[in-house]
Amino acid sequence: MEILRSAMAGTLESSDAQVTVEPGEGGIELELSSSVMNQYGRQIKATVLETLERLEVKDARVTVVDKGALDCTLKARVECAVFRSCGKSAENIPWGGAVR
Amino acid sequence: MKNAVGRDIPEYLLTGGREVYQGKNYMDGKYITKASPRTRRCEAPQESKVVESIRAALEQCGAKSGMTFSFHHHLRDGDYVVNQVMAVAIEEMGLEDLTIAASSLGNAHDPIADYIEQGKVVGIQTSGIRGRMGEVVSAGKLKTPAIIRSHGGRPRAIEGGEVHIDIAFIAAPTSDCVGNCRGIGGKSNCGSMGYAMTDAKYADHVVVVTDCLVDFPNMPASVEAIDVDAVVVVDSIGNPKKIASAAARISQNPRDLMMAENVAKVIAATPWFKDGFSFQTGVGGPSLAANLFLEKYMDERGIKMGWAIGGICGPMVELLKKGKVGKVIDVQDFDLDAVNSINQTPGHYEMSASQYANPANKGAFVNKLDFVVLAALEIDTGFNVNVLTGSDGVLRGAPGGHPDTAAGSKVCIIVTPLTRGRMATVCEHVVTVTTPGDCVDVLVTDYGIAVNPLRPDLIECLDKAGIPHVTIESLKEKAYSLVGRPDDLEWEDKVVAVLEARDGTILDVVRKIKPYTGTEE
Amino acid sequence: MIPRPRPERFRLRRTMMFMNAQKPGLIKDAYIYGCDSIMLDLEDAVAENQKDAARFSLYHALKTVDYGSTEVIVRINGLDTPHWREDIRVCVAGGADGIRIAKCESAQDVKTVEAAVEAAEEEFDVERGRTLLMAALESPKGILNAYEICCASERMLGVAISGGDLRKCLQTSPQRDGVDMLAARGQVILAARAAGVQCFDTVFTNLDDQEGFEAEVLQNKAMGFDGKSLINPKQIRFVHQVFAPTQKEIAQAEKIIRAYREQSASGVGVFTVDGKMIDIAFIPGAERTLKLARACGLYEGDLV
Repeated sequence: MEILRSAMAGTLESSDAQVTVEPGEGGIELELSSSVMNQYGRQIKATVLETLERLEVKDARVTVVDKGALDCTLKARVECAVFRSCGKSAENIPWGGAVR
Repeated sequence: MKNAVGRDIPEYLLTGGREVYQGKNYMDGKYITKASPRTRRCEAPQESKVVESIRAALEQCGAKSGMTFSFHHHLRDGDYVVNQVMAVAIEEMGLEDLTIAASSLGNAHDPIADYIEQGKVVGIQTSGIRGRMGEVVSAGKLKTPAIIRSHGGRPRAIEGGEVHIDIAFIAAPTSDCVGNCRGIGGKSNCGSMGYAMTDAKYADHVVVVTDCLVDFPNMPASVEAIDVDAVVVVDSIGNPKKIASAAARISQNPRDLMMAENVAKVIAATPWFKDGFSFQTGVGGPSLAANLFLEKYMDERGIKMGWAIGGICGPMVELLKKGKVGKVIDVQDFDLDAVNSINQTPGHYEMSASQYANPANKGAFVNKLDFVVLAALEIDTGFNVNVLTGSDGVLRGAPGGHPDTAAGSKVCIIVTPLTRGRMATVCEHVVTVTTPGDCVDVLVTDYGIAVNPLRPDLIECLDKAGIPHVTIESLKEKAYSLVGRPDDLEWEDKVVAVLEARDGTILDVVRKIKPYTGTEE
Repeated sequence: MIPRPRPERFRLRRTMMFMNAQKPGLIKDAYIYGCDSIMLDLEDAVAENQKDAARFSLYHALKTVDYGSTEVIVRINGLDTPHWREDIRVCVAGGADGIRIAKCESAQDVKTVEAAVEAAEEEFDVERGRTLLMAALESPKGILNAYEICCASERMLGVAISGGDLRKCLQTSPQRDGVDMLAARGQVILAARAAGVQCFDTVFTNLDDQEGFEAEVLQNKAMGFDGKSLINPKQIRFVHQVFAPTQKEIAQAEKIIRAYREQSASGVGVFTVDGKMIDIAFIPGAERTLKLARACGLYEGDLV
């Protein structure tokens, strides 16, 4: 998917993550901060990158402010932000396909 | 060298007879020589000990670089006194190489972090360390490793001369002109002053800092004029709103309530739950809520609590007033209901930290305790508890009375949710052992109850009462299945804090954390 | 991915607890409180501009969280909104046990949803007929059409009254004795029983009024409801307590089932237990009592 405009999903509440995607300048640029950085930073990074890959996002600036979200929440926030950036978040989501 | 909880303690810390932790009651029966302070005689009658400023008091007590100043934490997050005194000593008088020996330090003391970074404060001895101070110490900025002690370990160390206090500062809600202090009657009331009592007896010099000078004699005094060198009157010793909340409210969080109810069930299933039983609970959500459910069981069985100890708050005072508990003995107060009750409600008494929890004396209350209900940041499959470091490895807690009550009580119950956000509370290895697993008996979580295999008698009690329980390993696996298995923290060699067991042996060390930034490949 | 067993159309549903599907901290383990069903809410609890985000959260929660034997139902947005079709797609794709149709007013509403569910089952290769339906009756018209709604689909597990909007339409407010909802409750129970589906009473929203809550639950049980919708875990225990069968009822049910099995083995169809005439018509009720007793931890036998 192509990031057309900047979009955000999620909140800064505990157990949530706020994900912002913006059009990139070639490649994926990830900025990550987390309340559980030392224990889970690597896993969060991997989850975010995997999710972007599944959505075929190749060019984006992604900012994740994590407040201890579980992997399932991280995925949901990244996906929602990406679909919002393309204006396609409201219907016909490929559940079980690119979103899984 | 590995200690009894499997922690590797660097040899260079084991000097001067210092040993590693050997297990519960290792020091029992050994003799100690108590330290004695070198104090100034006040033979000639004195009209008043009031001096004009903190600086005048410091000068009168011969304050100089390299000294150890002590403080107590009854003013909690409202405390102004630590910062006031240190600012005068360092910024006005230019003192250096100072050590702070406090019963605890908290978020109110963020400015001390600057003095640590500047190298002016070179030693910290405390139970609690949080906020910016926790961060700078974790980052290795304190010149010597911080020494973390329990509330019982501190008076033991003071009495045994391991900490020599040059000047003790007593933050006093009221004092008279010669230094008889009380925790009530002023504008910044804290109730009990139990943690300050040993300091006053064993320090070379004692300075009272108050914001409410009252007529002589201020009786009954918590800290007595016979130990006091000088009295300073300041505008304010603390922010009353942060010293004591209006009333500690019992949690309405359904998760807390569910766990609290299970705690009460476990207690009621043991043979010690009988008329006259003794009890302590923390003030955290589920711990405090256990009061509520325990009362139901007491009513059902027609029994009363004999006595309760600890940091005290309203719900316990309420039980005392209703006649459901015989006596409440109090080392610290957490809310105004407790502050206004101590020494006022019949049966509500004050005690010193030594009387509360010191393992080296002959009659600490914790040793007579039937039940204690405590929280945890982490607990591992060996039932070792961590209440000091976050699971990111940064100092942000306090052992407090946790290790003391756990060791002394017949049944120590830890109550904690299985996970907090993405942190597994029940884990394979706690970051820091603050309470050894041989002192912890039962774990109550929102996903089930586990009993320490060291207590087959309790397992039998629960089985008889039909209370389901599981292994702590299965709780750990459940936690990891929810949040994922955390990566191991990465440490540097540098020790930033030494965690003393209550008996003075070394239970664990905290090293400097290597933070993960996300940019590493 | 957690495989979930095929949903049961008729099962124990004493308590259905609402949870905002958009709040990660809430939905991750709501089952620990022991309610029979959780109701993940895409409708009122989720702000209009977060409907999309809630679906992503919901999808991954359904796919990741092990809800065990707790039933997972999703409340979708009303048929008068632009959201319901995508809500149905995500529910079916995620494998929710059931869908609660908000503001249902007619059999046609049920059929409309059913058609979309069927299409989604096809699209996502989900076993046809797996996804159950229930309807929330929130208007006088919905209440009056309760019977046709209950009968509208083989997927229908039951109907629930939703009191908030209904009271407004009825021009009343919550009353201590429940008289405000008397007509609606009576009508819904009659309809559900006639159609052979379950019925659930509305939520009690004043968490500080435990006495009022308890009175309402007792009345629900006395009127014959199968269960109640809840807004807070602390309400679960009392409902389970009230809906639990008594020791006497359990003993009686055991006797009836035992006697029936013995007698029918020897070819007898009608017999007496404790002087009361018993035949096959008593068996489903007795079995329901024992199942309920087992769920309440009161029965450990092997008759059901």
